[in-house]
Amino acid sequence: MTRRAFLKSSLAAAGLTIGVSVTPFGPRLLNASEIDSFSPNAFFKITPDNKIAIFVANSEMGQGVLTALSMIIAEELEADWKQLRVRQAPAGDEYKNPLLGAQVVGGSTSVRGFYEPMRKAGAAGRAVLIKAAAETWKVPEDECKAFNCAVKHAKSGRTLTYGQLCLKAAKLQIPQEPPLKNEKDFRYIGKSMPRVDLPEKVSGKAVFGLDMALKDLHYAVIARPPAFGAKPLSYDEKRAEQIKGVQKVLSVPMGIAVCAKSTSAALKGRDALKVKWDKGVFPDLDNDYLEKSLMEDLNKPGKSVVNTGEANKAIREANKKIEATYYAPYVAHATMEPMNCTAYVGNDRCEVWAPTQAQTDAREAASKVSGLPKEKVNVYTTSMGCGLGRRLTPDFVSEAVTISKAVGKPVKVMWTREEDIKYDVFRAPCSHRIEAGLDAQGQLVGWSHKLVSPSIGGVKDGIDFFCLWGLADAPDSPMWNNRIQYEIPNLSIEFLISSLLPPVSFWRSVQNGPNAFVIESFVDELAHAAGKDPLEFRLQSLKNNMRARRVLETVAEKVGWGKAIPKGEGRGIAQHACFGTWTAQVAEISVNKKDGTIKVHRIVAAVDCGPVVNPDPLIAQIEGGIIISLSTALKEEVKFSNGGVKSSNFNDYKILKMSETPEIEVHIVKSTEKMGGIGEVGVPAATPAVANAFFNATGVRIRRIPLTPNIVMDALKKV
Amino acid sequence: MISLHVNGKVYQVDVSNDTPLLWVLRDALNLKGTKYSCGIGECGSCTVHIDGKAVRSCTISVGEVQRKKIITIEGLPENHPVKQAWIKEQVPQCGYCQPGVIMQVAALLSQKAPLNADQVIAKMDDVICRCGTYPRIKKGIETAIQMTKREVKKS
Repeated sequence: MTRRAFLKSSLAAAGLTIGVSVTPFGPRLLNASEIDSFSPNAFFKITPDNKIAIFVANSEMGQGVLTALSMIIAEELEADWKQLRVRQAPAGDEYKNPLLGAQVVGGSTSVRGFYEPMRKAGAAGRAVLIKAAAETWKVPEDECKAFNCAVKHAKSGRTLTYGQLCLKAAKLQIPQEPPLKNEKDFRYIGKSMPRVDLPEKVSGKAVFGLDMALKDLHYAVIARPPAFGAKPLSYDEKRAEQIKGVQKVLSVPMGIAVCAKSTSAALKGRDALKVKWDKGVFPDLDNDYLEKSLMEDLNKPGKSVVNTGEANKAIREANKKIEATYYAPYVAHATMEPMNCTAYVGNDRCEVWAPTQAQTDAREAASKVSGLPKEKVNVYTTSMGCGLGRRLTPDFVSEAVTISKAVGKPVKVMWTREEDIKYDVFRAPCSHRIEAGLDAQGQLVGWSHKLVSPSIGGVKDGIDFFCLWGLADAPDSPMWNNRIQYEIPNLSIEFLISSLLPPVSFWRSVQNGPNAFVIESFVDELAHAAGKDPLEFRLQSLKNNMRARRVLETVAEKVGWGKAIPKGEGRGIAQHACFGTWTAQVAEISVNKKDGTIKVHRIVAAVDCGPVVNPDPLIAQIEGGIIISLSTALKEEVKFSNGGVKSSNFNDYKILKMSETPEIEVHIVKSTEKMGGIGEVGVPAATPAVANAFFNATGVRIRRIPLTPNIVMDALKKV
Repeated sequence: MISLHVNGKVYQVDVSNDTPLLWVLRDALNLKGTKYSCGIGECGSCTVHIDGKAVRSCTISVGEVQRKKIITIEGLPENHPVKQAWIKEQVPQCGYCQPGVIMQVAALLSQKAPLNADQVIAKMDDVICRCGTYPRIKKGIETAIQMTKREVKKS
């Protein structure tokens, strides 16, 4: 079904339809006849059976966005939650995220970007339904009250349901500035509502990208080069085509594709190809080379990003000078559902079903490869097995469109787990050198920082702020406050782009993750050098940062900061602000000095993200952020050898498991500040909290993640 | 032709003996609740029950499971205590791994000698969740065990 056909069928039944399209000039509320031409970010329809269908364009990745946005509409609409049905809307021209300017889910923007527009849409619905009732009864509007899908006139005791009113209300003009509810009267926003997408995720009925079923669907897998830039020397096309079910073998830009009648036939066909590859463009590439290259680049001059006061002079003249270098490696996304895409390229249209976070980019990629104009390309967002930022890159879409175009059939391209890890666009590695100075009172007076990293995208004047997030942010960034929080009178930050080969992209919290590890570990080093408690030292450089102070003070209180802990255990603290949200975490760990294993016992987190729409999924997001952060703190590093990626599957790229998961407590700090993001903000502080707890337990500072048993044993031996 | 006994029905499928059960369930029988994620039995997303035991369907061939009773997530009753507990505790995030996780827990809870929550949790490293729902999975297991006990009492 095309997007237009989808809209038509959704709108066909009689009823009241209101949409909201978010434009650079603010939200625009739409009636049924405008919806087709102004693709709404969300719309709802009330039908005479008193049911409400809500359609949301933002990708559901498990963060609960469908539920949260529906709650906001339902709140203002005075809807009965039981009468709601929520659906994911297909990709359109202008389902744009107001904070990002494209249909994309990233940067923890979904709820905060759509909060006000969704409220207005719901409120407009309530306003016309009340007006319709008042006109019916010939009474003043202010004597009518809407509640639970009905309008009541208390004086006369009359009631009409939304179902009874919707046809009349549909004829009324939709107000652009409807009155909003007083926040005191909220009954959905701020209460934990069950996620609308969970029943089908528990029953097994949810349709993820890989679950797409179409008539005459063909299944494709691709043999890809084992080393970067490697070209095929030979392969046995005939043998592959003899495998039962294999339909076609074809050379595509990313390798050799095998198209078959079933997944297993495609996989067997690919094995039968027995491709021989050349050695690629850089056969010597391995982990040692990558790390050495990044560390050596710290000696080259960088581009100045921040330069306030006189950092070098302040450090030179300081009472105490501290210097350290840090490293964080390549990390894979390893989403549970590997990359995949289903596409059908016909004569004059291209249909794409994809687990994508970036519909606008997916559509552009499909248009480019199919040769069809964008209007003839439809992208449907399926459920997706984790996003983590990997699904912002539309490489899998291009492939499916390429192969479908070549074979003239609907094609599903599936990446195996091995491909998903080897051909990932990784979290960028980075090296850091920091020098800082303390005055005689142990106060931080100067900080000079150099960061080297491959570019993630958006380089302007030699600076890529994505690489700097957590340390420095672009002056006009919509992400708000992805910068170092400490009040440092003399601060210098330099950046240098590394030209390393392995591709990198966005990874949950982007570089806030590794950068927080570096900043918060180093602040702990400074506290130690100043002879101060790590919490006290942080607070003394956050005098005017009330939100940072509150989250730090909250975790300190909840964890019992300062109380003794058992011998051999350690406690570490860290704070970080990003995406408009402030967080602090404390980790309690123990270290087995015989084998180097670290056991994390407990993480206590505090979050100030402003007003909260749906608290329970929010806490789940923070828990998940902490767990993936612990995974990168303790285990994850992509291995490279012979010019390619050596890591291949969950047996050699290990991620955190149940038995390694600590007790996690999340405390939401009550706040009326501006709404911040949630999906990514649990990640940054957990890793440095663990690294700092390790120092607290052992007296040894490790300036490189992951803290694997080998790295821990080496560090302990050096002492 | 291979004969498979899945969710109480018998299917005849035209595949070779060595085809992994996972692909037959998904592609031939259209039972797509069973997920592919690693293909080597490391992650548990493809877990199904074979004669009551949790098995990774990606590493077992259809030839090995003929005449055995196979249950997939679709065959686990909707009112099964684990499914109910998963809703009550709001366990899933993206939900991709959860059919496998649910099947793992359901198999452990159906053992003749009942396991307590800690014993079930200790066997959960067979499954991986990238969203980090482990704390909720723990709660879900505890709730499912309570629900199972209540059901036993009722009957």
